[in-house]
This record gives sequence, C-alpha cells and structure tokens, in this order.
Amino acid sequence: MTLQKQRVRWAWIFLAPMLLVLAFVAGWPLLKTMAYGFTDASLINPESAQFVGFDNFAFLLQDPYWWASVWNTVVFAVSSVFLETVLGLIIALALNAQFRGRGGLRAAILIPWAIPTVVSAQMWNWMFNDVFGVINHMLLGVGLIQEPIAWTASPDTALLSIILVDVWKTTPFMALLLLAGLQMLPKECYESARVDGVHPVKVFFKVTLPLLKPALMVAIIFRLLDALRVFDLVYVMSGNNRSTMSMSVYARQQLIDFGGLGFGSAAATLIFAIIALFTVVYLMAARVGREN
Amino acid sequence: MNAKQMKKIISRTAFYLLLAVIGLYTVFPFYWAIVSSLKTGSTLFEVEYWVSNPYWQNYVSVFQEQPFGRNILNSLFVSVSTVALSLALALAAAYAIGRIQFRGRMLLLFVILGVSMFPQIAVLSGMFELINSLGLYNNLLALSFSYLIFTLPFTVWVLTTFMRELPKELEEAAIVDGATPFTIVTQVFMPLMGPALVTTGLLAFIAAWNEFLFALTFTLSSEMRTVPVAIALTSGASAHELPWGNIMAASVIVTVPLIILVLVFQKRIVSGLTAGAVKG
Repeated sequence: MTLQKQRVRWAWIFLAPMLLVLAFVAGWPLLKTMAYGFTDASLINPESAQFVGFDNFAFLLQDPYWWASVWNTVVFAVSSVFLETVLGLIIALALNAQFRGRGGLRAAILIPWAIPTVVSAQMWNWMFNDVFGVINHMLLGVGLIQEPIAWTASPDTALLSIILVDVWKTTPFMALLLLAGLQMLPKECYESARVDGVHPVKVFFKVTLPLLKPALMVAIIFRLLDALRVFDLVYVMSGNNRSTMSMSVYARQQLIDFGGLGFGSAAATLIFAIIALFTVVYLMAARVGREN
Repeated sequence: MNAKQMKKIISRTAFYLLLAVIGLYTVFPFYWAIVSSLKTGSTLFEVEYWVSNPYWQNYVSVFQEQPFGRNILNSLFVSVSTVALSLALALAAAYAIGRIQFRGRMLLLFVILGVSMFPQIAVLSGMFELINSLGLYNNLLALSFSYLIFTLPFTVWVLTTFMRELPKELEEAAIVDGATPFTIVTQVFMPLMGPALVTTGLLAFIAAWNEFLFALTFTLSSEMRTVPVAIALTSGASAHELPWGNIMAASVIVTVPLIILVLVFQKRIVSGLTAGAVKG
C-alpha cells in the first residue's frame, strides 16, 4: 500500500468517532423530528402516532399565531442586525483609531458578549421595570418621557425592548469582526486619499466601505442566522407572550407545553427549512459574487 | 486661536465623548446589576447610582432559598465534560481534514458547517425522544451529550483552520522516522496546538455554560437545573414579586468568572472568533 493510500485510511479512522457522534446528536434527531412532523404524535404517548401526511403543515399555514411568530422573528432579526451593524461599524472605526486606553475599551466591549444571554435578559428586565427601573428613571429625569413606560409588559414596546437587549449583547461581536476586517485593509489607499486631501466621510464611503464589504457580509449573515433561531432572550424577557413570540418559542410551546409532538415538530421542520433555504440562497449568491 | 485649531479641538472632544458613550453603554448594565445586588429589599426600589454601605445578604440567600450551589456544579460538570469530549474528537478529526488530502474533504467541511447552522429547535423533539429512550431525562448526561451538537462542529472547524497553518516539515520528519499518525497527533501536533486548544475550549465552554433551550427542556427538578435555567426560573412569592436582589446576585456570581476569563484571554478569544467566522 502506498503512503498516500495509507494516510487516507488513517484519515477516515480519525474522522470516524467524530462523524459517528455527529450522526447521533444531529443527523438522527433531525430526521426523527422531520418524521414526527408528519404524524399526530403526542408527547405523552409518542408510540401511538398515526401518519397524517401534510395535515400539520396545512394547519400551521393557517394559524395566525404562527404567522405572528414569523413576523416577530423577521422584525427582530432584521432590525437588531441592522442596528448592530451600524453601531458595530461605529465602534470598530473608533477602536481602529489611535488613542490612550484603547486596549481597555476593547476589553470593555467584550463584557456584554461574555455575559450569558439569560443573565443579560434578567439584567435588562430589571432595568426596564416600569416602576423601579433605572431606564424610566433616567428618561423621566431628562424629560424625554412624561410618565413611566411599561417596557416589557406593553405589547407596543415589548419587542422593541427585546431588540434593544439583543443589540447591546451582540454589537461587540460585530464590532470585533469588523475591527479585524478593518485592520486587514491596505494602508496605501488611505495614504493617497490623505495626500489628495479627500474628506474623511468621503474616504469612508468610497474606500473603507467597499473594501470592508466581504467582512461585513459574513458578519451580517452569521448574525442573521443566529437571530432567526432566537429563543432564550425572547423566552426569558416575555415568556410565551403572543405579542413577542419568536418561531422557536412557538414551536417549543406546541411541543412541550401543549404536548403536541407531531404539530410542534412540523413547526420545527418548517423553521429548519426556512433557515436552510436562507443559507443556500446566501451561499449561491456568494459563489456568483465571487465568480464575477 | 485660529479656526483650524478650534475645529481640531472640537473634533477631538467629540471623539472622546463618543468613546465615553461607548464605554458607558457597554459597561453600565453590568455595573447596575452589581449595584442592585448589594441593596436591601427596600433600597432596591430607590434609584441610587452608588451603594454607600453594601448589603451582602442577597449573596447568602441565593444559596439558601434555592439549590444554587448545586446548579453551579451542574453547569461546571456539563460544560467541562462536553468540552473535553469535543476537543478530543475534534483534534483527531481536524488532523484528518487539515493535514491529509482525500476525496470528499470539502464536502465534509461543508456538512460540518451546515450542522453548526442548525437551529437547535429543529432537533428538539428528536433529541427529546432519544434522551428518553436512553433513560437520561432529567439527567445531566443528557445535556453533556446533546451539547455536542453545537460544540463539536465549532471545535472541528476552528481546530482545522489552526491545524492547516502548522509547518509541513514537522510532520514529514516524523513520517520519515516511521511514526504512526496516532503518534504524530499526540506527540507532534498536540503540544503545538496547546494555545489553539485553550482558545477553542474556552469558546466552547462559554457556549455550553450559556446554553438555555436544551437545559430548560431536558431537566425537570430544580436540583438538576443548570445556572441559566435557575436564573431564568427564579420566582418569588408571586409572579409580581420577583426577588430582584437574589437574581442580580446570582447573575453577578456566574458572570464575574466569565468576565475574568475573557479579559485574561481576550487576544486569543478575538483571534478564535475571527478564525471561526471570517475564514468561514
């Protein structure tokens, strides 16, 4: 046997345990969930499941609560990723400049990232408290609002509160990715722009932004995929509340709280399909972009 | 002073103001949690930005009123075991993917990346059934096991990018000496991969430590809860009387070690995060 052939055989020996575990924790549960989606299985007695074809999906597509959760998730994902990108870009540009205490500030912005999501949800729940919360206190103090707002309880502001917490928590990640992107940009462009006396704002839009676009796109896609499957933040901040419920919260409620193993699995399968479709479209767009 | 100097001073001040706002925005919420955790039941409901005489009782009662010590041990057990298992499996896999040319390698990386994009909800019912049939419901092993779905793809991915960057000559010398691939991984690469293993392990540890959906769904009794579930489900005498002092104390307890770890390893964490994302 040649050396190369021997090495290939070793490669599969080394890969086998990892692949086996992955098939067990990811492949099998995914297929099983999809299969449940076509049955009327209940959580208490999964064995008595009957095949019902596309009934669950048909019912799902006419459930207004499902569509409300899809809408909430989309609003949440698009607005929080948009805000994170803008804020993250501002922070990355600021950190890219030279100033005293730069290392300290870069360390400080890691703090929100390191805090567990559940903890940040509870911290902000307390800050958003309608009677004793520091946020109402501050806003009343500077006269921005006339009376306290029930941030997390009122359906008008609950989703906004959740978005604000997500922005706070994940902007650092965005900022660090973009900072890494900024530091890889060629210095020469900036030198010549400065020599020519181009206004910094113009430099940003004509030089920095186009060069940063690949890093920006990767960061945005990663964050969008993450935001579309949001569960913990929404659940801890407002439970199974219908006005903020995300797709994942909807599916879990059907599955566990209502015991509808079949119906909940159908919802979970649809979420998987939506995210997979999104990923495939992105990968194809990226490939087309690269070939051009 | 001419107009140009004036303009420079103004823009300088504006820049430092921006930095101050960024700093305040990122740090204030956690600062506020610390301040709130040091207040008594009644002073908690007055907004004061500084505590003059700290009240430590919240830190005691969080351990007395709920099995919080047990919850911390649970989280430690689950996170450490799942990270150790992931690193062992991923190191072997990363060697195969990163150093050996074989057909289907790109497809394999693609599949692994795909698994890391799985929404956890998409496997929840299948995983629930699997855990039940293994008799692991309300057992910490269920969490150590199910967390592999997100720690394993991530560690394989990052370790592969690190593995690729190591010089070829090292391995060639070992092959000439007749070393088996097993010896090469354990004797040659493992020592060199030390820093990468620490970074990747730390990031996977944080992910496992913070996980909520599986921990909420696969455990039942409060003794089996991990820290995030315990903090999320802390309840008071009624739904409207949440013990905020206790919740904030618990939050500070579990977050301070993480923040220290992150600050100590900040350079490595940033490089690990960007290796995972940018190179993807």
